[in-house]
Amino acid sequence: MSSPARSRSDTRPALTEVVAYRLSARSGAAGSAPRSKLGRGAVPGVLVLLALLPFAGIRIPGVLPSAVPVLNSIGMLEVLALCFVFGSVALGYDVLFGYTGLLSFAQVLYFAIGVYVTDIAVTVWHWPFLAAVGLALASAFAVAMLLGAIALRVRGIAFTMVTLAFAQAGYYLINDNPHNLTSGQTGLVMATSRLPAILVGVDHTRELYWLALAYLAFAYLVVWVATESVTGRVWQAIRENEQRVSVIGLHPAPFKLAAFVLGSMVAAGGGVVYLLVIGTAAPDAVASATLSVSLIAMVVLGGLGTRWGAVLGAFVYVYLQQYLVKLAQEPSFAQLPVVARDALSQPQFLLGLIFILFVLFLPGGLAGLGVRMAIRRHRRSEANAA
Amino acid sequence: MSTFTAIVISGIALGAIYFLVASGLSLIYGLMDILNFAHGAFLTIGAYAGLELSLHLANGGGPIGFLAVLLVAAVAGAAVAAAAEVLLIRPLYERPVSQILITIGLDLVVVGLLLGVFGSDSRQIVVPIWLTRATHVGSLSIPNGDFAGLAAGAVVYAGLGLFLKYTRFGLVIRAGAENREMVQALGIDVSKAFTFVFGLGGAAAGVAGLLYAVVFSGSLVGPTQGDQLLIFAFIVVVIGGLGSIRGSAIAGIVVGLVQVVSQYYLGSKSGWAEAGDISVVILLALVLSLRPGGLAGAKQR
Repeated sequence: MSSPARSRSDTRPALTEVVAYRLSARSGAAGSAPRSKLGRGAVPGVLVLLALLPFAGIRIPGVLPSAVPVLNSIGMLEVLALCFVFGSVALGYDVLFGYTGLLSFAQVLYFAIGVYVTDIAVTVWHWPFLAAVGLALASAFAVAMLLGAIALRVRGIAFTMVTLAFAQAGYYLINDNPHNLTSGQTGLVMATSRLPAILVGVDHTRELYWLALAYLAFAYLVVWVATESVTGRVWQAIRENEQRVSVIGLHPAPFKLAAFVLGSMVAAGGGVVYLLVIGTAAPDAVASATLSVSLIAMVVLGGLGTRWGAVLGAFVYVYLQQYLVKLAQEPSFAQLPVVARDALSQPQFLLGLIFILFVLFLPGGLAGLGVRMAIRRHRRSEANAA
Repeated sequence: MSTFTAIVISGIALGAIYFLVASGLSLIYGLMDILNFAHGAFLTIGAYAGLELSLHLANGGGPIGFLAVLLVAAVAGAAVAAAAEVLLIRPLYERPVSQILITIGLDLVVVGLLLGVFGSDSRQIVVPIWLTRATHVGSLSIPNGDFAGLAAGAVVYAGLGLFLKYTRFGLVIRAGAENREMVQALGIDVSKAFTFVFGLGGAAAGVAGLLYAVVFSGSLVGPTQGDQLLIFAFIVVVIGGLGSIRGSAIAGIVVGLVQVVSQYYLGSKSGWAEAGDISVVILLALVLSLRPGGLAGAKQR
């Protein structure tokens, strides 16, 4: 047995770095604490700007993944809504992986439950929409409690493998099309007759966009409250050193289960919103191991254990994915050498490469980059003051 | 009854291939504590490399040709795996979670590259006619591919056992799995063993990728085949007990049997098309509930 109590915090900015940064921010010795530059109002401010975005008919050629290069075009709003959905799911996943140190692959299972149970209840059983959502959330909760309890019997890498197996079982089950419920690989298009009219159709993309944004804000609030609570502290303590937590006299198991269930519920809710935005459920899009890997990539790109980092990571990931697909269709793309064209035609290749570079050279993710820059700026201002 | 025997043999052959993949995973985990997600990529690269050679051989080149194809698959898997260890894993020795993450990234890149270069359609390996036929033993009819899978599994199991037990390098690996810090403290360069174990695992994975395609998917190879197989290899490793070669061998056969038998008897019913795969996950849940450490149950973290 070699060092069972090894720290698992290595993908975050070095602890000393964060402490130094926080201390310098609090003491305010040089008068310009880095925190004040980012501002406490940053999150609400960004939310307000995003909420107003559907009214901004600004033309930005070249960088938008939508067919029409206008900021509030329908394609663009759809991409952004998707960014919000995965931003919220990544946020829930960050509770699990970033805060508690549990590398789980089961997050997609709960996302898929949110998507499929709602879809089946509405489309196959003709339930009212809200009842369907209630059923989806209740099933996600029950499954998360059950599978969480089984998977958390093992720790570390075995836990990761078990969650992967469970998520795969869900994927196979959906492909199996039991009792003709899921339509298998074909996917299940949601019947819209039972939905509130305001959430149906291309005309209401703007409303769907706001719904997705509202859900992201809600998820952010929930995760914020949870991670700043006493439970949140225990999660981080478990991530740093689970043994020490038990030695102190706290039983880690219920805390880990709580993180597992919370992450799952956020994912299930995200699944419901996804279904409304996309309008169809397909196993490869919502339940595959590829999506699990994408979620991991999102939180790592953004910065593990930081809330806005997870959201930003999801944003960058989904945006790049959509943008690269569009880029591959440009006429100028055909003039590239064959090798480059083959590789770049697969967003997966480039995203994987970016992911590797981040893990190697920027383990704190985009959030860690922000912290580093803030520290550097702070040091410089201190030097100037002296 | 004869059908049942044939199914059991097929299950054991599948188990032997699972063992080929799982043995490498288990060795890597035992020595380095890394869950290697790129193992699926090594597997696919091995299969693709073998495929390229087989296309140049008339009728698959007969038995010698097929052995050459297997060898190329092994060498390709080993080369990529060893290179990955040196270039990507080595800079991260002090960061265990990042090591896992980087193998995930590597898998994404390799699969993306294969998809981009060869497309998402499966490609056909050219194999000797003999491999596609069956041998009749009494009333039994057993596909020759099953024998190839069984033989490869047995050779690797015996070879690994002898290597770990009787060579100096094997001793270093066993000692490193037991207590890495102590081995380092004795002045032995463990990083060589790390690269070696990756190469060894990659070789076994390459062979497994090629054999799985030949025996169980009509000689077809696709870019995501490795990842599909990898999930079952993970399950085998967990059921067998992390880090245990013998556990992986037993668990491989159990998982292969459960999958093939349940698939045969349940898979034909409507809505049960993936009964075999789901049974394996249920088996995993059962084993974990009864013995969280797996069958071998030594290492639990």
